[in-house]
Amino acid sequence: MRVKASSYPYVAWALLFVAIPLGLIVYFSFTDAAGSFTLDNIIQAGIYSNVIIKSVWLSVISTVICLLLGYPLAYIMSRSNPITARTILLLVMLPMWMNFLLRTYGWMTILENNGILNQFFGLFGLGPFEMINTQGAVVLGMVYNYIPFMILPLHSVMSKIGNDVIEAAQDLGASPISVLSEVVVPLSMPGIKTGIIMVFVPAVSTFIISQMLGGGGNQLIGDIIELQFLGNAYNPNLGSAISLVLMVLVLMVMSVSGFLSDDNLEERVL
Amino acid sequence: MRAFARTYLGVFMAFLYAPIIVLIVFSFNESKGRTFTGFTGKWYVQLFSDAAVMDALFTTLVVAFVSSIVATIMGTAAAIGLNNMEGKLKSGIMGMTYLPIINPEIITGVSFMLLFVVAKDFLGGLGVPFQFGWATLIIAHITFNVPYVILNVLPKLRQMDGSLVDAAMDLGCNHWQAFTKVVIHEIKPGIIAGFIMALTFSMDDFVVSYFTTGAKHQTLSVLIYSMTKKRVSPEINALSTIIFVVVLLILITVNLVERRNINKARKAQLERKREGGSFG
Repeated sequence: MRVKASSYPYVAWALLFVAIPLGLIVYFSFTDAAGSFTLDNIIQAGIYSNVIIKSVWLSVISTVICLLLGYPLAYIMSRSNPITARTILLLVMLPMWMNFLLRTYGWMTILENNGILNQFFGLFGLGPFEMINTQGAVVLGMVYNYIPFMILPLHSVMSKIGNDVIEAAQDLGASPISVLSEVVVPLSMPGIKTGIIMVFVPAVSTFIISQMLGGGGNQLIGDIIELQFLGNAYNPNLGSAISLVLMVLVLMVMSVSGFLSDDNLEERVL
Repeated sequence: MRAFARTYLGVFMAFLYAPIIVLIVFSFNESKGRTFTGFTGKWYVQLFSDAAVMDALFTTLVVAFVSSIVATIMGTAAAIGLNNMEGKLKSGIMGMTYLPIINPEIITGVSFMLLFVVAKDFLGGLGVPFQFGWATLIIAHITFNVPYVILNVLPKLRQMDGSLVDAAMDLGCNHWQAFTKVVIHEIKPGIIAGFIMALTFSMDDFVVSYFTTGAKHQTLSVLIYSMTKKRVSPEINALSTIIFVVVLLILITVNLVERRNINKARKAQLERKREGGSFG
């Protein structure tokens, strides 16, 4: 059976609902409200360079923390027996079935000025500490929400590193640190790359975490885009221009990391 | 090392489950505020008579099931066609397939909004009424669901022995019969995995729904989002607790069944070894 035509409905669908909408973002970026060509939107988007830098900075910090916290966990999983590893994996995935807005709302309850943590500190006569509406809270929210996306690809790569490889290195006299740096880390590099992309992309484009945990003072790129489309500042042309900047940024990060040229892209994204 | 691993796991899980435990505890809170004043089960009862919550739940389920079913059919058909393609055409289509997955969600959401705004103007000019609502939500969800189906089905098609289809057709099947009698059984696990993935992503989606929803029907996530601006009703906590417990029970059951199968397979293997040993 060499049928190709069965994919045509999807091709038509994707052209209409994937390609054309993205084309519209480009079109709106370079036109004004009347529809004539202009570069004003792109220039205006430059006003928000501070916000863009802040978004990138906070997501880089979050991505690094996710890697530092997720790596040991994935390593522990890869060295335990299959049933334990499966159970840990399920426990990591399970929270994702609870709506993420609610989980973030849960963090608000914990971090508030008269929230659970501050009430706890109060028992010892400490605080109250100002935790909510800070950059730290935004980073915490990003790490919390996106760390499963780091652990999954790490786990799928590391579970394929055989115990014999590690034992061979040990037999040849490698210290635990050089086993890690010379064997385990190089072998898990594809997982690290994927994990970085899978955390960085949603983190840099979020607008909910910054709104809920960052208060009004920690606006990120996503907040500014949302404001242009659904906020009072309704200006889809400017919004499109900022979206275009975000898209270019994400594509740049992906091509630098070699993510797009990966032969196993299919395996990586699932 | 063992002790370190245990401690690390414990602390990590505490971090992961802290807000979830808070949510569950507050679903039993007497008052609507964010301080615990006393135990009650009333939110679990009120939940079912709250029209806004029930309507949002209904919308979420309808959108999720309709979009996942359409996406599964369209995606499976697309995967079969793609499997028979080569070269530039295939990589072009695959590129379009990866786009919604690797693009930031907000870009996908915003691009849909632009499309529907333009469509509204255009159709309005022709005298055709068009509004944000069921159609826009479902179209958007189908679009971000199809790639997951395609990417789950394609590997199964590649693993399939191509001569099976040739054999079926030699024996007199037409294309459609070869599909329903042979191909579909070979790729069923991929189709099911794709469908479940689509369903999960659709029910969990907030960002795309937020940009494509109309004034009338909101999904649960959009309703929750509008509540977080003021105060989330404990009814939502109660509903989430119910969903969480249901998912937990399903996962435990699946896990137990699998564990039993693994143990069975192991026992069988041991037995075979023992028998083999007695021969030697």
